[in-house]
Amino acid sequence: MAEHAGEAAHGHDGHHEMSFWSKYVFSTDHKIIGMQYMFTGMAMALIGGFMAYVFRMQLAFPGEAVPGFGGVSPADYNSLITNHGTIMIFWVAMPVLIAGFGNFLIPLMIGCDDMVFPKINRLSYQIFLLSAIVLIVSFFVQGGGFGGAWTAYPPLSAKAEYSLTPLGSTLWLVAVALEFVAFLLGGINFVTTTMNSRAPGMKMYDIPMVIWMIVVASILFMASVGPLIAGAVMLFMDQNVGTGFFDPGKGGDPILWQHLFWFFGHPEVYVVLLPAMGIVADIMTVFSRKKLFAYRTVLYTVFGTGVLSFTVWAHHQFIAGVDPRMAHIFTITTLLISVPIAEMCFVYIATLYGGSIQLSTPMLWALAFLAEFLIGGVTGIFLGASGADVYFHDTYFVLAHFHYTFFPIAIIGVFAGITYWFPKMFGRHLSEFWGKVHFWGTIVAFNCIFIPLFMLGAAGQHRRIYNYNHFPDLATPELQRLRVIATSALLVMLAFQAVFLINFFYSLFKGKKAEKNPYNANTLEWTAASPPPHGNWAELPRVYRGPYEYSHPDRDTDYWPQNEPN
Amino acid sequence: MRPIATTRSASGTPTGRLAVWWVIASEIVIFGGLLASYIMFRLSHPEWAEYASHTNTWIGAFNTFVLLTSSLSAVLAHQAAEAGNGKKAAKLLYWTMLGGITFAVVKGFEWNMEISHGFTISSNGFWSFYYTAAGLHALHVIAGVVIMGIVAQTAKQNLELHRVELIGIYWHFVDLVWIFLFPLLYIAK
Amino acid sequence: MSEHAHPNYFKIWAWLLVLLSISVAGPMLEIPVVTLITAFGIAIVKAYLVARNFMHLNVEKKYVVYLLTTMVVFMLLFFAGAAPDVMNQEGDQWYKPKVEAEAAATPHH
Ligand SMILES: [Cu+2]
Repeated sequence: MAEHAGEAAHGHDGHHEMSFWSKYVFSTDHKIIGMQYMFTGMAMALIGGFMAYVFRMQLAFPGEAVPGFGGVSPADYNSLITNHGTIMIFWVAMPVLIAGFGNFLIPLMIGCDDMVFPKINRLSYQIFLLSAIVLIVSFFVQGGGFGGAWTAYPPLSAKAEYSLTPLGSTLWLVAVALEFVAFLLGGINFVTTTMNSRAPGMKMYDIPMVIWMIVVASILFMASVGPLIAGAVMLFMDQNVGTGFFDPGKGGDPILWQHLFWFFGHPEVYVVLLPAMGIVADIMTVFSRKKLFAYRTVLYTVFGTGVLSFTVWAHHQFIAGVDPRMAHIFTITTLLISVPIAEMCFVYIATLYGGSIQLSTPMLWALAFLAEFLIGGVTGIFLGASGADVYFHDTYFVLAHFHYTFFPIAIIGVFAGITYWFPKMFGRHLSEFWGKVHFWGTIVAFNCIFIPLFMLGAAGQHRRIYNYNHFPDLATPELQRLRVIATSALLVMLAFQAVFLINFFYSLFKGKKAEKNPYNANTLEWTAASPPPHGNWAELPRVYRGPYEYSHPDRDTDYWPQNEPN
Repeated sequence: MRPIATTRSASGTPTGRLAVWWVIASEIVIFGGLLASYIMFRLSHPEWAEYASHTNTWIGAFNTFVLLTSSLSAVLAHQAAEAGNGKKAAKLLYWTMLGGITFAVVKGFEWNMEISHGFTISSNGFWSFYYTAAGLHALHVIAGVVIMGIVAQTAKQNLELHRVELIGIYWHFVDLVWIFLFPLLYIAK
Repeated sequence: MSEHAHPNYFKIWAWLLVLLSISVAGPMLEIPVVTLITAFGIAIVKAYLVARNFMHLNVEKKYVVYLLTTMVVFMLLFFAGAAPDVMNQEGDQWYKPKVEAEAAATPHH
């Protein structure tokens, strides 16, 4: 196809007046859709956080009414933990990290005016919103919300007489399936946009790392979710039309579901991890004024991690009765995959080395991401080794481990991204002071929640138990004290989120006005106005170099925007 | 008004076709997961051969013939569209749609007959897979027919002719899935 | 749109129909190995013909072929990882009276 020379904006400056509805609700503008995903994700995070508050209160003070919720029944408890997990992964991490940042950043960072399929993009959000509504409705139907854990293992998830949530479990499944459809549509849009609509001159290795990572994450999602979609169809049939795909009584096999689920479930970790790692890479280069160390190596590492992530899934099933010979293989592949991830952490540290580091709020979040994720990664090695996992499986050690991976990803990574791009998104600055207050309050409290849970897990405390008083060896005062510490720290952490929300909404309207490029960054989004208008640029940019040319020795300024000819 | 993004083609493959390939890639793993599950069960349950012997190979073969032929008209439509003949492309697409509809109708009769013989989706594992896999495929056939109708409407006016190729690629994929479903569900007995 | 010489589609269609006839006729010999080859071997050949000529993968960019192949390889990987468990229906500690009774009751071919 012919290169469009001088793609001046024909008509983008046309000031057609749009109503509130067509501008903010039914918009096809990628920035608005990104915001829709982000705000929906934040609202869902509040719901998921509230659930954590309720069940942590039950664990610390069993049987006592929880302020704001009331008494917690065993069924409530099961539903709360199930939906907390489901919401935080599928309705917070995915929409905010991939869909939110992806929609906002991809066209801006590759220098074009929108996604290649704006209407499909809008449809993707609408399906996502519908899925969130279906999930919320499922809490209030007869029998209550689904309580069979976010992994939805049959037979518990397949039979109403076991789960006691005849409607709740089906609605849960439908919501998850709709969410997958939304992300498939979105992912296809992201990948094709990045492949085809880059600014003239932007070659493969000129693409900012965060965009690469969002694209690779979308591809991983597309490639891994298929078997689970098939599995969801089969589970739906088992629930509603009396098939027995996962029912051994009818010749089916519940272990099959576990394979279908985890074949998706493990790559899913990388689906959410990679965008967060990309955000961190971009922030670290800007706030250390250094070129990203080993750009290409990072990229190849990401590809390698992506492929390897398809070979490790059964480490979630070591005690499910899987073939012990397969357990050996999955142990080896699991330990192998820690190598590229560790390498990426070292590369990031090498990027910081010798830089002029500026500890702004986004940079603090980025550094915290590395530190906390490292703890999550290291504790994962115990669980990836099948021998150790026999003991640790289904204890709070596992729970603390994956919160040390998912919290850095879905919370720390997101806060890093929001505080960094806030001026571009809304044209105003967040308060640095209150940003730092929020940062320290969140990080310290986070560690105080989950270090006690590591200790509880090592002491043998099992997950998914409503009241430990029913288990004499787990009901000791020492262990109970740890539970109270974790819950108290959670209360502190949740309280500090109010600081963020106030800072966010206050700055949205009253913050200091932001100029185009407040951080002296190189990437293209900083050459657009803050916030960028519909169409992003009056004239679309052209790219001359990679995104990380900071502190170049031949230049007077310590940055070299991608769009400057020389 | 179309964003400039939609007019670029940095990868060399037109955006629409690129997107269709990604759709097909994600469909491969959906059908792949389902069929892999079926094959695992089938190989480990010798008694399923008995259950499978009640499927009607002739109906399956007829439907294979219908889909293969509709694929031919789809690719001829693409050829016509490439030559700029929107009218002819639309006409060939209508033939393809007719193939899809025939397929679905035959499937309906076939299922009706099987259900009346007592082979329902909950009879046993084989029939569960039989209806689920063929049902998922049939949904793709119906979706393809609907989209093809829309594409044919615009193609008739010589508009958006590249879409003829795109729906064709999708249709061939639906055909491909059936090429594997046919031996898996009908021939292996 | 890519401009390229079109193969004779009618000829490919005719080949597909010949292959279809063979795959239907194969089982009539009642030799399991032959059935296996005529059923699945021919399915692969048919799929190849459709993908190559109708979907035009022969003239498409190579990375598309790699992409689709990768997806198939992932599915083989899934099969390899899951089959050792899912296909294992026997175990020392397993007790499945219902399935075993049913399996014993059905006549085998
Ligand atoms: Cu895993």
